[in-house]
Amino acid sequence: MASFPTRAKVVVIGAGIVGNSVAYHLANLGWRDILLIDKGPLPNPGGSTGHASNFIYLVDHNKEMTQLTVESARQYQDWGVYTTCGGIEVARTETRMNELRRRMDSAKNWAIDDARLVTPAEIKELVPFIDESILVGGFYTPGVGVVDSLRFGTLCREKAEAMGALTVFANTEVTGLGVENERIRTVETSRGTVEADCVVIACGVWAPKIAEMAGSHIPLTPTVHQMADYGPVPLFEQSTKAIEYPIVRDMDVLMYERQDGVGLEVGSYAHRSILHDPEDIPSNEAAALSPTEFPFTQEDFDPQLEDALELMPSILGDERVGQKYAINGLIALTPDGMPLLGETPEVKGLWSAAAVWVKEGPAVGKCVAEWMVYGEPSIDVAQSDISRFHAHQKTRQHTKRRAFEAFPKTYGIVHPAEQYLSDRPLRRSPMYEWQAAHEAEFFEVAGWERPQWYRSNAPLVEKYGVETRPNEWDARWWSPIINAEHLAMREAAGIFDLSAFAIFDIVGPGALERAQRVALRQMDVPVGKVVYTPVLSEVGGFKSDLTIMRLGERVFRVVTGGAHGMSDLKWFRDHLADDASLVDQTTAFTTIGVWGPRARDIVQSITRADMSHEGFPFGTCRTVEIGSQLVLASRISYVGDLGWELYVPMEQGLRLWEELWAAGEPHGLTACGIGVYGTTGRLEKGYRAYGMELDGDYTIVEAGMVPARIKAQDYVGREAVLRQIAEPPAALLCTLTVDDHTSPSSGEKRYPLGRQPIVLADGTPLTDAKGRRSYATSAGASPSTGSYILFAYLPPDQAVEGNQLFVEYFGERYPVTVRVVGARPLFDPENLRVRGITEAVVA
Amino acid sequence: MPTILVLATTADGAVDDISLQALTFGRRLATGGPVHALVVAGEPGAEGTPAEATAAGFGAYGAAQVHLARHPAFETFAPDAVAAVLADLAGRVAADAVVGPGTEAGNTVLARAAARDGQPFAANCIAATLGSPAQVTRQRWGGTLQEEAALHGDRAYVSVAPHAVAAEALDGSSAAVDAFTPDIADADLVVRVVDRVAAAASGISLAEAKVVVSGGRGVGSTDGFKPIEELASLLGAAVGCSRAVTISGWRSHVDQVGQTGTKIAPNLYIAAGISGATQHMAGAKGAKKILAINKDAEAPIMSAADYAVIGDLHQIVPAISAEIRRARGA
Amino acid sequence: MKVLVCIKSVPAVAGRITLTPDARAIDTKHLGFAIGPHEECAVEEAVRLIEAHGGEAVVLTLGPSTALEQLRDALALGVARAIHLVTDGQEWDPESTTAAIVEAIRADEAASGPFDLVLVGNEAGDSADYQVGVRIGRALGRPVVTAIKGLSVADGRARCEQEASGGRDVFELPLPAVVGVLEGINLPRFPSVPGRLRAKSKPVEASEPARPAQRLELQRLVVPQGAAKQAVVLGHGPDAAPAVVEVLSNLGVL
Repeated sequence: MASFPTRAKVVVIGAGIVGNSVAYHLANLGWRDILLIDKGPLPNPGGSTGHASNFIYLVDHNKEMTQLTVESARQYQDWGVYTTCGGIEVARTETRMNELRRRMDSAKNWAIDDARLVTPAEIKELVPFIDESILVGGFYTPGVGVVDSLRFGTLCREKAEAMGALTVFANTEVTGLGVENERIRTVETSRGTVEADCVVIACGVWAPKIAEMAGSHIPLTPTVHQMADYGPVPLFEQSTKAIEYPIVRDMDVLMYERQDGVGLEVGSYAHRSILHDPEDIPSNEAAALSPTEFPFTQEDFDPQLEDALELMPSILGDERVGQKYAINGLIALTPDGMPLLGETPEVKGLWSAAAVWVKEGPAVGKCVAEWMVYGEPSIDVAQSDISRFHAHQKTRQHTKRRAFEAFPKTYGIVHPAEQYLSDRPLRRSPMYEWQAAHEAEFFEVAGWERPQWYRSNAPLVEKYGVETRPNEWDARWWSPIINAEHLAMREAAGIFDLSAFAIFDIVGPGALERAQRVALRQMDVPVGKVVYTPVLSEVGGFKSDLTIMRLGERVFRVVTGGAHGMSDLKWFRDHLADDASLVDQTTAFTTIGVWGPRARDIVQSITRADMSHEGFPFGTCRTVEIGSQLVLASRISYVGDLGWELYVPMEQGLRLWEELWAAGEPHGLTACGIGVYGTTGRLEKGYRAYGMELDGDYTIVEAGMVPARIKAQDYVGREAVLRQIAEPPAALLCTLTVDDHTSPSSGEKRYPLGRQPIVLADGTPLTDAKGRRSYATSAGASPSTGSYILFAYLPPDQAVEGNQLFVEYFGERYPVTVRVVGARPLFDPENLRVRGITEAVVA
Repeated sequence: MPTILVLATTADGAVDDISLQALTFGRRLATGGPVHALVVAGEPGAEGTPAEATAAGFGAYGAAQVHLARHPAFETFAPDAVAAVLADLAGRVAADAVVGPGTEAGNTVLARAAARDGQPFAANCIAATLGSPAQVTRQRWGGTLQEEAALHGDRAYVSVAPHAVAAEALDGSSAAVDAFTPDIADADLVVRVVDRVAAAASGISLAEAKVVVSGGRGVGSTDGFKPIEELASLLGAAVGCSRAVTISGWRSHVDQVGQTGTKIAPNLYIAAGISGATQHMAGAKGAKKILAINKDAEAPIMSAADYAVIGDLHQIVPAISAEIRRARGA
Repeated sequence: MKVLVCIKSVPAVAGRITLTPDARAIDTKHLGFAIGPHEECAVEEAVRLIEAHGGEAVVLTLGPSTALEQLRDALALGVARAIHLVTDGQEWDPESTTAAIVEAIRADEAASGPFDLVLVGNEAGDSADYQVGVRIGRALGRPVVTAIKGLSVADGRARCEQEASGGRDVFELPLPAVVGVLEGINLPRFPSVPGRLRAKSKPVEASEPARPAQRLELQRLVVPQGAAKQAVVLGHGPDAAPAVVEVLSNLGVL
């Protein structure tokens, strides 16, 4: 055996599906001196890959996950380790059947076009050993397959070794990580210490332990997934390959059954959440099976057996078929269910590629490698970016509590607006008690409790005659009060708690240059200007959209959404130089928004500052006195109305809120929730949102956000922008409205919640020149116009105002009309309201 | 000084080495005190029964007095009858300890004698000291774990784990042989061997083979054993396997090497695709040399093996067979 | 007929054994539990006897509350009911184990008739005492055979076979009797799903016998440090064959 190296360009820790794939893709992209180590033996070092069930279901509601899965399937297929067998998600109940219809919406969105709904009789034909009499139907994806993930890993190593790029050491345990100046320097192992420019932690359930060695955090929790193998199955003894029958996911009971040779493998997510700590995992030597195959706890599995028996009585009811092998396999769960990818925010050069399933492994390997080599992955993995976490989300306890709550939802029906209920409340704004007293319905973002609406505003529903939603799904996590609050704001004024904003200052002699480098728009503006700007990646995809205030010659304040704030913070930090520094002010300031035609009257009544249109123009900010406080006021609006964002120290927020509330009472001020701020207010004003319309897949040209002048100064993505402008757009972001909400089958009024396919009358999906499908990126009411808005990117030939199209929702089509192509708002198209002119609109 | 009684067993009329080990162990336990040995035998000249001279042979290993119990019932194995004689003799010579070989036969007789005598019994000891209480160190889990225990009784019954001590002759030592005919109750003859059926000729016995070739989980299937059988036949070796293999139904338990299978003692043990779990190694400890064939260079078996070939057994085993043929053809 | 099978729940040890800090037990934090290998075969043998002759198989264990899982395993294989002598997790020596089992057997027999056969594992998978079966037989005045790898019952007698060099020794015992079974007597079946589900509703009679003074008193456990060798690597893959043959030749086994 070669001697252990003392230097490597990159050390990849963990030789499971992820580590092998990262190592291969780094080699394939030209890196050399790659060292792959694992504390276990090869080819199965004992991590979660070794006991994975290895099947690949292609369709997920989440775009990023589907893209990762489809790319992974492609890689497995290219290397001949993918056996296509098909897969059926079966429904025992009408509720689940509805979910499967929603799955069809997602299949259409992400172009998994062989997916189809099947009847019980068709299921029986595909899976002869099933009792179809207990089924309502199924969702069949013929392209579903089973992979040999260990073989794939071996091929990764062999290919990278053949390129002369990779050295592999098994049975090599990491004992420490050396960090200097917040940068990774060394990996200490049982074979010696190796210096490295970069380190990738790809060791799954052990990742938190390794990350802690560098003072970094990879928040995941090892969680038990029970699996048992039953056999020999007489029917399978004639099979010529390891799997001939489609894999069945018995969604209602949270289980799956698949053929594996002469056995039937039964897996369950129905048992209680059984969480562990990475420190609980035994060594390879001390483990009875593999370290991640814990002793089976039969009593947890027994209740599930009855469900499995009910579905597959001809196999599992056969007395000759026995339980041959059963384990409590460990998998990794995260606080929000998404993987943990990218450079850790704490330590430069220390990368995470963890909490990844076999179905995403190869694509994650590719993306992380591209990210390391080029600075940007080819699939937008923003939702998996490890830098997304706020401090509390990095803790063991929070991770466990969220994983405990999420585990039973693995096969669950999860509403797009579904809230986590565990580990709350965690971050409380200074107005929390006031809001609770006013019956706020709290939603959580980034740990903050934010009013989504106030139940105390219920009388406004009648006042404005707001319609309710008859369908329970459409009305879940929603209230007509949102629309009523919206109308009250448009009529008089609304007050909003925006404490969840992430706020950070760029300070120093190079502050302008640094701000310039990240922002698309011109930052060389006078002190006191507020600039709303997209933030792009080098290849011209959206990284964020946010506002930057120039507070001084050398001070810029960045304000961005709480959910995405920490990723933005890392992005800015990564683009700093020694001439500027970043100061995180997120918890120093609270932000209170006051908007509506009466907003100026309200604020002016408690300040001696000139708040007039001329005295305090739109797009500017300055410090004003309100009562005994100095308040940073910024005249911008995400709801498209007259008013200010008001910044004060967190501990003074309640005082300001109460003074505004008192001053607002005679003017009809209404406390409004984020339902107005995030959806109704923004949609009818045509405002785009990062993570909805804006992601790595679309350009500023397609989003209709090209600034009037492309600034001369260099910035990240500038070359890409120039290219994008030069070529015709493949799609254009449009505002559509629903013409008729009536369900063709039930006659009930339905309200699509977003992420539904936009199709032709015959159901044909729209595909643009880049192969992307048209789907509703956002959806919600426009109470001011009485319409229901969908945003969608449409191919140019369909992006024609007045064009009639359809939105498909739970498999049914509803007519929609293209109302606006581009950024013009549906409501107040001249944007008079932010200037305080309401009459034109009202008339 | 304590008095020790040793149960000395014979095989086909000859001294059993394992009994000599027990005798050596007992002699050390006596620390100079009197050592008695019990040998049971059938009628003189009966097939497979030890002769007086054989019994006297135990003297060379330190038994001062050999009690030769002759009875027709002892021409086949009758454990209760042997136990009755043993327990009775222990009383007669006022033995402080009764020692015997840790074999199936030795353990069952000692257990029965201890039960008759109302005394505790410690099986498979590797060390002992007498006293009140007596202290023993005994094997558990096929020897992968040792237990230190106190034996609270009037008389210590212990069996000696095979190969815990080497049999050691004592210069100039000889024994007086006291032949006698014990009274045996009918009740103690209910349990006795009444017949012997020949085993189906199945090649070389695993326990006695000079070379054993075994396959483990890595072999993968019943058919996967064909190359292993081929190599075994070239070497005149017995075929063995690990417990993973028998549980999977690929081979019969007769072939299982391990704590709960056969314990082997070949000159060479070739272990292919066997990781070396404790259960397996407990049965392979007697092998003089071990050659491991495994794809994992750091499998536990590597710290027990003398030689190793790293790689896929499905390629390596046939290659070795081919090489042997070539060598022999030359 | 009526058959009792006595089992022991033992840690499913496979890798390196680690001990609890007081060195009085194996650290089972990472381990599951299983029926001892010999007893697993004894359970299968009991079930086969009942399948062949009719009647009832009963399983008994002396062990902590977690041993219920192993009783359920046996019930899933076709045993009708279970007797659980619940301990606090401390080990019981062979004599006290025997006493508790014998008392349970007497109580059960008084209530529902005598057992024709009591099957035990030849020796416990963990403590390997080689005597509980013998002591049960002695206490009940029933014949006992050990190390049995073949068993059949006819006309009130049990024919028991034991491996011997060159063949098999045969014992014939009048029933009732006690038989110590060795692994390999059969290939135990795996529990079926219906069996597993039936097991859930089968009766388990639990009692808590008092633990008497121990005469074989465990003091501490030691993991022996075998002299770890470092194997000489003769090569990688099939290319190593000539080197292997040279070693075989030097060892004189060719």
